[in-house]
Amino acid sequence: MNGAASAAAPDWRSRLATVPVGQLALRAAVAVVVAFVAAWVAYKAFGDPRTFVIVGLNGLTLAGLYFVVASGFTLIFGLMRVVNMAHGSLYMLAGFFALELQTTLTGGEATSAFGSSQAGLGDWIIPLVVACLAVGVIGLVMQQLFLRWNQGQELRQALITIAIGIIIADQTLAHFGGIAESLAAPDAFPESVDLPFSNLTYPFFRIFVLMVAIAVGLALWGMIQRTRFGMIVRAGVDDRQMVSALGINIQLVFASAFFLGAVLAGLGGVLGGTMISVDKANDTQYLLISLIVVIIGGMGSLAGAALGALALGLVDSFGDVYLPAGYTNYSILLIFGLLVLVLAVRPLGLFGRPA
Amino acid sequence: MSRSALTVERAFWWGPGLLLVLVLVLAPLLFTDFYLSQVITKALWLGIAAASLIFLAAYVGMVSLGQVALYGIAGFTMANLVAADGGSPIAWNPWPATAVGILAAVAAGLFIGAIASRSYGIYFLMITLAVGVLTYYFFGQVTQLSGFGGVNNVTRPDIVSNPVTDPQNLFYIALGVSAAVYLFVRYLARTPFGLALQGVRDDPSRMRALGYNVPLLRMLAFGLGALIASFAGIISVWWNTRISPGSIDLARTIDVLVIAVIGGLYRLEGAWVGAFVFAALDNWTRGLDIVGQRFNTVIGAIFLAIVLLSPGGLMGIWQTIADFFSRRLSGRPPARPSPGPADEARPTSDSPQPS
Repeated sequence: MNGAASAAAPDWRSRLATVPVGQLALRAAVAVVVAFVAAWVAYKAFGDPRTFVIVGLNGLTLAGLYFVVASGFTLIFGLMRVVNMAHGSLYMLAGFFALELQTTLTGGEATSAFGSSQAGLGDWIIPLVVACLAVGVIGLVMQQLFLRWNQGQELRQALITIAIGIIIADQTLAHFGGIAESLAAPDAFPESVDLPFSNLTYPFFRIFVLMVAIAVGLALWGMIQRTRFGMIVRAGVDDRQMVSALGINIQLVFASAFFLGAVLAGLGGVLGGTMISVDKANDTQYLLISLIVVIIGGMGSLAGAALGALALGLVDSFGDVYLPAGYTNYSILLIFGLLVLVLAVRPLGLFGRPA
Repeated sequence: MSRSALTVERAFWWGPGLLLVLVLVLAPLLFTDFYLSQVITKALWLGIAAASLIFLAAYVGMVSLGQVALYGIAGFTMANLVAADGGSPIAWNPWPATAVGILAAVAAGLFIGAIASRSYGIYFLMITLAVGVLTYYFFGQVTQLSGFGGVNNVTRPDIVSNPVTDPQNLFYIALGVSAAVYLFVRYLARTPFGLALQGVRDDPSRMRALGYNVPLLRMLAFGLGALIASFAGIISVWWNTRISPGSIDLARTIDVLVIAVIGGLYRLEGAWVGAFVFAALDNWTRGLDIVGQRFNTVIGAIFLAIVLLSPGGLMGIWQTIADFFSRRLSGRPPARPSPGPADEARPTSDSPQPS
């Protein structure tokens, strides 16, 4: 890989000798599978480039949504080792809060089931902000009331968040009912945009979600790498006790990180509720997505979450379209395959580090 | 420890245990057909499912949320192989179909175990949960095998007879399988294999240093857990006469976890104790106006209370009572740790990560 080929060859050979045969066979098998998938996608793409572009964009925008949700999950896990099993529930709750508020603000005229209806900019932004803050506060209360005094007991904390998830799911069903609806997008946005170099159009809101995801990713990266808060978070990930021994109020950092993680779930919920729909099945779905993204990417890693979201989003959207006819309903197996592939080679995920 | 303390402690476990067994054996005489079928038989197979989770948690230190998916694989395989409404058109005799169902679940368990067994603690929990939810979506999507309607009117072996009008047979089958599972796991714990598993639970690195193949042991344990779970899956199909993705969704996964936690995650008996409490509560609260349809909120609150107040579950509370009285009645404090399975009350959630 590095330097001249003659210098690299013996180095490569000696590295090969240290890898066990089983691992080698496994890696070869993974390489074959990846090559086969790439070849199949390329074959399909040349056959119908227009579908490829649209499906690819669907995958990218979906990946953006997945990243926003999973980044909150991975932030909380990375710092506090809390697997927030109620993350999907917070996502769902934010969607329902925003929907309720938007319906009130617009008098129930703007929203419709799966319509591409539009509302005033304020009628979208106010529900967004309120829902994010409300969900953030719920997350904060959850952390302060139940999780704070169980620090370090990973299983117990996971069980606590599961219990809260059950209660949230049941209460959501009681108060909001089970009908799937979508939020109206703001009318200040164009409905669709023309893609350059083609006569294709694409829904603008999906592009907007992708832009928000990139902004969230950059902001989080900047915060973690450049600010004092980020420095404390990074130090806290490596050694919690040492950080608090240095006189830093780690509890405050934990509380802010949990609030932020919950707000990101809420942001995802409102974006997803506008882009796709608000549904009582969202909690299971987005818990699964958060889990898969961080299992693939490596838990606690922001770059891992981005890569995991990208892989999941693309597999999700191409799987539905590019599988041979008659087999498209097996697309869920592709996601399972992705999980197996990554875990077979890297049990801690692509960017995972041992705790 | 003084002799009398030991005797009192034993009496606290054996007395209620024997009474429970007696009540169960005579249950068809003591309870109405409705209660026998809807509460007791249901509790027995739910208990088997929870026992597969507790076996893995208590003896191997693997808290798995994939057990419901594994029982679903057994149930769906069986239901697809016999004559039924929906599913595949194959119409086998129910007995070979049952055998193949169990084999399929064990094979799936070994495969998932092979992938997940290199992950520990909370990572393992997340991976098994992701696989479990993927299995649910798989059966929901693949209409050839199930679809969201599920497989209905499944043909059962003649010996099961009609679970509504004639519930005794299925009750005794469930009781017999429960007893067999319980005795088998208790026996297994004393074999060299079982001891090796408990060694892996306590210190994977040391076991590896001693020359044990830790991932292989964990994989085999997961396969055994799948075997136990598959019995629950088969009996649930016989009892329900149907199986659908709704039988293995996240709510069901959580139900089994709730049962295990209510009973006590580190004592095998807890599986059935928790299941009885769960099934009886379910049956009782359905009639209450205050609770009405909000059974899940009640169960979530109970679950939360148990996790927060008594991580050992009901068996943990009983252990405390037994300790208190054996100390009182013997006049001196018993030296802990007492011999026997009480040792397993030690939480293993913070099992060391591989380095």
